Amino acid sequence: MWRYFPLLPTSKTVLLNSCSPQEVYTIMNDTVISTEQLTRTFGAFTAVDHISFDVKKGEIFGFLGANGAGKTTALRMLTGLLQPSSGKVAVAGIDVARYPEKVKSRIGYMSQKFSLYPDLTIRENIRLYGGIYGLTRSDIRSKTEALLDQLELREQADQVVGDLPLGWKQKLAFSVALIHEPEVVFLDEPTSGVDPLTRRQFWDLIYAAAHRGTTLMVTTHYMEEAEYCNRVSIMVDGKIKALDTPRRMKDTLHAENMDEVFRKLARE
Amino acid sequence: MINIENISKSYDGVLALDNISLNVKPGELFGILGPDGAGKTTLIRILATLIKADSGTGTLAGLDLVKDYRKIRTIVGYMPGRFSLYQDLTVRENLEFFANVFGTTIQQSYDLIRDIYVQIEPFNERRAGALSGGMKQKLALCCAMIHLPKVLLLDEPGTGVDPVSRKEFWDMLKHLRSTGITIFVSTANMDEAEKCDRVVLLQKGKLLASGTPSEITAAYPHPLYAVRANDMYRLINDLRTLDQAAGCYAFGEYAHLSMLSDNLNTKDIQHFLERKGHEDVEVLPTTANIEDCFIELM
Amino acid sequence: MRCSENWPGNEKDLNGRTAHITAYFTAHFTAHHTAHKMNRFAAFIKKEFRHILRDRRTLLILFGMPVVQVLLFGFVLTNEIKDAAIAVLDPSHDAQSIALTNKMVSSGYFKIEQYLNTPAELEQAFKEGSIKLALVFPNDFGHSLAHNNKASLQIIGDASDPNTATTLINYAQAIIGDYQATYNRASIPISIGAETHMRYNPEQKAVFNFVPGVMTLILMLVSAMMTSITLAREKELGTMEVLLVSPLQPIQIILGKTTPYLVLSFLNAVLVVILGIFIFGMPMRGSLLLLGAECFLYMFVSLALGIFISTRTKDQMSAMFFSALGLMMPTMLLSGFIFPRESMPWILQKIGMAIPATWFNPIIKGIMIKGVGLETLGVQTAVLGGMAIFFIAISLRSFKDRLE
Repeated sequence: MWRYFPLLPTSKTVLLNSCSPQEVYTIMNDTVISTEQLTRTFGAFTAVDHISFDVKKGEIFGFLGANGAGKTTALRMLTGLLQPSSGKVAVAGIDVARYPEKVKSRIGYMSQKFSLYPDLTIRENIRLYGGIYGLTRSDIRSKTEALLDQLELREQADQVVGDLPLGWKQKLAFSVALIHEPEVVFLDEPTSGVDPLTRRQFWDLIYAAAHRGTTLMVTTHYMEEAEYCNRVSIMVDGKIKALDTPRRMKDTLHAENMDEVFRKLARE
Repeated sequence: MINIENISKSYDGVLALDNISLNVKPGELFGILGPDGAGKTTLIRILATLIKADSGTGTLAGLDLVKDYRKIRTIVGYMPGRFSLYQDLTVRENLEFFANVFGTTIQQSYDLIRDIYVQIEPFNERRAGALSGGMKQKLALCCAMIHLPKVLLLDEPGTGVDPVSRKEFWDMLKHLRSTGITIFVSTANMDEAEKCDRVVLLQKGKLLASGTPSEITAAYPHPLYAVRANDMYRLINDLRTLDQAAGCYAFGEYAHLSMLSDNLNTKDIQHFLERKGHEDVEVLPTTANIEDCFIELM
Repeated sequence: MRCSENWPGNEKDLNGRTAHITAYFTAHFTAHHTAHKMNRFAAFIKKEFRHILRDRRTLLILFGMPVVQVLLFGFVLTNEIKDAAIAVLDPSHDAQSIALTNKMVSSGYFKIEQYLNTPAELEQAFKEGSIKLALVFPNDFGHSLAHNNKASLQIIGDASDPNTATTLINYAQAIIGDYQATYNRASIPISIGAETHMRYNPEQKAVFNFVPGVMTLILMLVSAMMTSITLAREKELGTMEVLLVSPLQPIQIILGKTTPYLVLSFLNAVLVVILGIFIFGMPMRGSLLLLGAECFLYMFVSLALGIFISTRTKDQMSAMFFSALGLMMPTMLLSGFIFPRESMPWILQKIGMAIPATWFNPIIKGIMIKGVGLETLGVQTAVLGGMAIFFIAISLRSFKDRLE
């Protein structure tokens, strides 16, 4: 993508040089997230241990791992919140370690824990995020109206978010994370505790976003949801233990479902 | 063992539980399934005598939930939804504290908690706050069982715990049930239903269904197909446009398509999809799982 | 977790202390109750001490705050006097009166704001608040000194700010004494009698107003705030649910939570008294035993208030907020600690009467400064006792053994 090129930092060249011509083509064309030997240590403890992976444009990438496996640390490095100890990380063509601020306007982030202000109304929340991401006034206005229609929340637009059912909050939070049309959206356990129907409606939104070309990186505790992803990585003790499509993973490990895959990989 | 009739409870005018009746037999592993906000915690707290119902009656081990609450508190083990141990005390200090509170000792309860305790015993001197999620749950379970309760009330023990620890936790519950203890457990995770003897489905304070997991899935009213193709997003959107389609949702690598009638067979659906340009199409008749039923009943 | 990582050495030490204290409690209480119930209670107290000793923030509040407050109040209120504005009414206007006035000014403590001509002007100056102190010489100051070898003058202080007024008067008296001494060495002994008067506040406050004041404040804060916070913390963490669904009685939970703080508050009281006596030269004329007993009574009231606050709050933040706003502010402002109650509008005086510190303050002062006993402090003690019973009763009533 031409618009990534001017922002390509020098260290990216090293990355390009180390790839085969075929791979260079891939990176230039549709690799949106790329890490190489990404590592983070806290004292003597290595939270993320030399992980390398690429995620393509429009891909839904499942990022799985037990508690403490290093998912959160890796996510923080990808979103520019934490400086890597070594290795490279590029998101939307930007060297995140070098330009952590630059990357923030190109990504969206939604977590189950914090996303919206419960004491503001739906409309106020949308406007707030529009403002935070530097949208113009008229953009914010039109986006707000479009979102309200899309989520069928027009009647509730002036209700305080805290009063909404959890499922609605999650859908709204996701839409708000997309408000500035980021190239990559990180979703940290977006569907915890949501009812099965809302959970699927939520995945409909994820699919739709991917279809429009947004890249999505999702962490989840529901192994069944892992199967909705195009590709899945499983982290164990800071390393990526497996990375493949859910179907091939199941085949390789002779597992019936992703739950079994996970248990086989995490228990060793 | 637990018997409640027509229990209702509302907070600030919002109905949290709407006329719930259920009974749990002694020695049963009874699951209460529902998303966040369904009323699971309210129900468990009523059973734990922490709150009173607005209307309706209930007994636990023959004791009235309101009148005999002091006695009930000596025979139930309760594990709240949040990790409710003292984070600044060590594993052993937590256990000792709860043992003392219930007038017992770790030694006296050792036989019951041994299987779980041996897994956390190596961390005896570690602060509870520094344990992993799975370890915390094990410690909390030990603490809840230290006084050899007749009934265990567990509020979402699987939340925030990775799949491996979750599986281990359910294995522990299975094992505990074999000792004759009655277990009442809530979860937002539908696929944990099959690990229970009987379940109820709860949504917005209302009971959607109750019975054994197989009874509930057998009652699913529509013909159901599992469909797979290359592009899940397009697949689901196209299937929803099918005539007679009642609903279509992703379940793992398949989409579950429920039909209002059995006019179309698998071949018809396959042809329909191939005409739409899908590749690697696979259509199989399938049986409903708990989530299908939950969605259907909502 | 914090401690174990950063302070491995301390942890052992703290645990050792905990064991020591709990051993004391176990030994002490087993005599009165059945071993079974006691075990339960001792376990609770043991746990509570562990919480306190492992949380450096709590420890800091418990023991850092009293020391800092006593020192701050002590030094700020007593030592920071420079160039205080005074007025001089000197109808005598002779060598002696001028010399004395100059000595006053050269001390650096005072500066002359105005020279007065009539007593009416004096009244006016005080009303305007432009002066803190006035020196009033008689008509025949020098004459009297020369002929009778003695004279007297008046020092009038503005006691609406009693601490400053008393300090200033002390300084003035010291300077006069000094003047007298230097004069005496030179010639025949003279004596200058200084008659002091307080304006606006006839019942002149003691110099050591602040030590008792800080004590009432600290004991209230530590007992009430810490208790309400620690109970609120159990609610916030969800452990209260587990405690409630256990055979523990509410009274056991309350006593278990408060006993450690009763002990620590008492240590605090001792600390403040020691600081007062040894750093600020506070007298201790009355019975130590009585002082200790009164402190315990006052702490009971505070603890009960803390429990009451905790039954009305859901988390630590609001518990802290309510105890700071609901207890600390009135105690500071209305109990007579900073502002004399006598100069308050009657409505505030009445409100002040509902504050335990209002009754405790005179008790400490009475015991420490005047050396009086229970015979004089009977009313205050009785009121505090009544408050203790009242607040314990309502806090027990409102402490629910359910969640709602």
